[in-house]
Formats: sequence, structure tokens, C-alpha cells
Amino acid sequence: MKLFNTKSKTLNRIITGYAFLGPNIIGFCIFTFFPVIASFMLAFTEWDILTPIKFVGLNNFIRLVQDRDFWYYLYNTLFFMLAIPINMCVSLAMAMLLNQKLKGIVIFRTIYFMPVVSSMVAVALVWRWIYNSDFGLLNSFLHWIGIKTPPQWLSSTIWSKPALMIVSIWQGTGYNMLLYLAALQGIPQELYEAASIDGASWWDSFKNVTWPMLSFVNFFIIITSIISGFQAFGVQYVMTEGGPAGSTTTIVYYIYNNAFQWFKMGYASSIAWVLFIMMFGVTLIQWKAMEKKTHIFYQ
Amino acid sequence: MAQTTEYELLKKKKKTYEIIKKIAIYVFLSVIGITMLVPFLWTLSTSLKEAGSVFSYPPKWIPKPFVFRNYIDAWNAVPFGRFFINSIIVSTTVTFGQLFTASLAAFAFARLEFPFRNKLFLAYLATMMIPGQVTMIPVFIVLKKLQWIDTYKALILPGIFTAYGTFMLRQFFLNIPKDLDESAIIDGCSYFGIYWRIILPLSKPALATLGTFVFLGTWNDFMWPLIVTNSMEMKTLPVGLASFQGMYSTEWTLLMAASVIVLAPVLIVYIFNQRFFVRGIVMTGIKG
Repeated sequence: MKLFNTKSKTLNRIITGYAFLGPNIIGFCIFTFFPVIASFMLAFTEWDILTPIKFVGLNNFIRLVQDRDFWYYLYNTLFFMLAIPINMCVSLAMAMLLNQKLKGIVIFRTIYFMPVVSSMVAVALVWRWIYNSDFGLLNSFLHWIGIKTPPQWLSSTIWSKPALMIVSIWQGTGYNMLLYLAALQGIPQELYEAASIDGASWWDSFKNVTWPMLSFVNFFIIITSIISGFQAFGVQYVMTEGGPAGSTTTIVYYIYNNAFQWFKMGYASSIAWVLFIMMFGVTLIQWKAMEKKTHIFYQ
Repeated sequence: MAQTTEYELLKKKKKTYEIIKKIAIYVFLSVIGITMLVPFLWTLSTSLKEAGSVFSYPPKWIPKPFVFRNYIDAWNAVPFGRFFINSIIVSTTVTFGQLFTASLAAFAFARLEFPFRNKLFLAYLATMMIPGQVTMIPVFIVLKKLQWIDTYKALILPGIFTAYGTFMLRQFFLNIPKDLDESAIIDGCSYFGIYWRIILPLSKPALATLGTFVFLGTWNDFMWPLIVTNSMEMKTLPVGLASFQGMYSTEWTLLMAASVIVLAPVLIVYIFNQRFFVRGIVMTGIKG
């Protein structure tokens, strides 16, 4: 009798547990778990949805290695990521300026964060107008300060990448600034007091107190920025359509074109997997590097 | 006597230093603030100009005359009203759907004990690493086979189930004292009763934060609606705005008016609730 009772109790627990999980787990299987497996299998096929699917083994990956476009777009994607350190420096500087007890600080913080909540498409449109080579605000300004032949920005293969990087920095700093600000406010004031009693200069206390105390937030920002950097697509799509001459086409843009413009589902899936593996690898390396500083990480 | 004056001199020196420092900080803050504001102000200015007057050098900041018609023309050029309605329907359903499924699953992971619980949770965590670009192709193919492309189902369903929401809410639920559950069970409360009457009311701040960011994320999402919509009637605001750009690529007054139409609602809501947004970022970003 007792045995039966515990058994039914266990059964009851299982039923309750999975009843709560149910809705989420079903959706999770349909929209994440099975698609991941399907995508992996697709990577070894050639398929345009209409004609029968064809298994091609490793062909997609072999083609990928020889695909000059792929390497160029990978280079572009990595090039765009050069904006990450600039973004981090600017947002840390902004956070340190805001981390003062001054009147009107909240107004500045509100303004700095405005681009973050703004729709990316609208922001891209606005900047496309600012970058207009003849009548845009930026070139008018550059002309005014005496630069006779300002860059052609979005229609130049050299300047298109920096132009989009400026947009991503303008839109992204507010977010990182808030993360830095929260971390700065979490640093115990006594540490600074102790440093100033020891006669530390501003730079000393930044190097020995502030910077080490920011290592977790730095780690977080680097990881999330790299992950979203690998996924860059929207700004490129709206502002330049990947051009001129492919100079702003990213990996994800290439996946989008392959899958939804040219209906090469197999090839697109294989690129998506290579992208995933690169993202995973970078995260793993970062994680290992961070583990060396465990005492800070697990604090 | 001499000592006091020296002390006062030092105090005075320190005070001037403090004032200079303050001024310098305000100068830096303002320079950054202007950089952040100028694109918005320029958009507003252009949106109120006559079509011909945008091509002038040097650029004028104050439109002369003010042309409010640009807004009406932009609004009528493509079905912006429809885009708004679509965005509201999709964002609201995704937000409440996700809050519901994620909080149920988070309750199971945080409060119940059942076989494979921890292994399943690890599987959830692992999928947070997988980028949407991997799953979007098979999901698109399935939706196409079901003939769901260009419907609300395609826009909404994939957004409702996320590992991230489950993860964040689980962390929050873990911090609610377990004694509450036990005394509720003694009082004859069911598990669903505990979830509905105890855990959810106590988690309002976490639910509000997650809800806000899911809503904002869905509202601004671009790639998925771009892939699964074809007709103008089904487009959400960002995708609609992008196709508006495709049609009127050089009519800057209309384009800027359309941008203001899209930017203004979110910015207004944000400015009046900015404290809430700020708290939310920190919560979802680091502690989540």
C-alpha cells in the first residue's frame, strides 16, 4: 500500500511538472529543437523547396571554402566588429561622466539612451539622409569646416563600412553605458577612499580600482557584442542593400540572400552552421579567458 | 594667524578646482548629448520642409514655411495605419504569450521536482547559444508548407517560445521563499493556485521588465517579419517603413516624416517611463 502510494505520488509529480512545462516545451520543440536538427541535415543537401531534395554530402562546405564572396563577407562582418572597442570606450566614458552627483544628470542619461529604443529601420533612414553626399548634414558640415571633397560615404566602397559603424556606435553606446553605469555604482566607495588616502592619482584609482571591478561587465559586453556583431544585417539591408559592390554585405545578409532570394536552402543552412560554430568558438575562448579570473567572476 | 590664511587659500583653490571640473563635465556631457540629439532634430526639421528646400546649402534648421502636409502624404502613401495595427497585434500577442509560457515553464524549473528537470533546463540553456539564423530556414520552410506565410500565425508563433524568458523568470522565482508554497499546500492550494495566486503576483516587477523588452524587441524586430511577409497588408512597422523607403527613396521630406511617425510613439513612451527602462536594462542585462 505504501509502495503504491509513493509511486502514485511520483507519477503525480511528473504529471504536474510536465503539465507546467508543456506549452513551452511543445513550442520549444517545434520552433527550436527540431529546426536545429533539420537545419543541420539541410546543410548537407541541395534544395529549392520546389524540386525534390538532393543529398550532396560535404559539397556545400567544400563550395563554401572556395567561395570568394563568403570570405569577403566574413571579412566585412569582422571589420564591422572593430566598432566594438570604440563603442566600449565611448560608453565607459559616458558612464563615468554620468556617475557624478550633479544637477540634470538624469536628462543627459535619458538623451543618451534615446537611440537604443529607436527603431533600427527609422534610424537607418535618418542616417542615410545625413550621409547624402551632396545635401546631407554631415557633408555640409565637413564642407563648412573647409573640407573641399568630403567622402561619398554610402556610395564609396572605402567609406561605406566606417559610415555604418558610426551608425551602430551612435545607436549602441547608450545600452552599454547603462550596464557600465550600474557596475560603477556597485563599486564600494571605500575602495576609492582607501586609494585616495594612499595618495593615488585619478589614473591610479581608475587602473587599480575601477577597471578590475568592471571585468565582469566588460566580459558580458564583449560576448554579447560579438554575438550580435556576427548577426549584423538590418542596418546594412536598409542603408546600403549590402553595397556598393558588396562592401557592406555581411554573413547573415549572405544567408538571407541564399535562402530567401535565391532559394538555395541547403547552401544557406551550411553557412548558418559555420556562423554558429564561429560564434560558439569565440564565446568559448572568451569564457576560458574569463575563468582564469575566477575570483572576480564568481564573486 | 598665517596658518589660517594658508588653509583658507587652499580651500579656495580646491573650490575653484571643483568648479572647473564641474564645468568641464557639463561641457563633455553636452557635446555627447548634442551628438545624440542632432539626428533626431534634423529628422524633425526635414520632415516639416518643402520638398525643394531640402536641397540647399548651407542647410537650414528652421523650415520656412512649415509643411505639415508631409505627414498626411506619408501616412497615405502606404498603409501606415495597417502597419501600426499589425505591429500592435503581433507585439502584444507575442509579449503575453511569451510571459505565459515562460512563467509556467520557469515555475516548473524553479519550484517543482520531476525527473530530468535539470537536464532539460541545461538543454534550454544550450539553445540560447544557437542564433536565430540557424533555425529560421527550417521554420520558414515548414510555415511555407503549411501556407502560413504572410499570416499573423507566421509573425507571432515563433516569437512566443523562448529559452531566454524562461531562464530569466526562473532566476527570479528561485529568490521567492519556498515556505510560501508549503503553507499554501497545507491550506489545500493546488500547484496552479500557487503559481497563479502567489508566484505571479510576487513577480510583477520581473514580468513587467521581461514584458517591456519582449514588446520592444518584437516591435523593432526586422528580419523575421521581412522574411515571412509579402503583402503590404501584413507588414509590421519596420518592414513597412523599409518598403516605403524602396518606393520613395529620394523624397526626403516624406521619408523623414515617416521616420518621425515610427519613432515618436516609442520615444514618447520611453521618455515618460525612462526610470523603468533603466532599471529593466540592468535587470535583464546583468542580473538576469
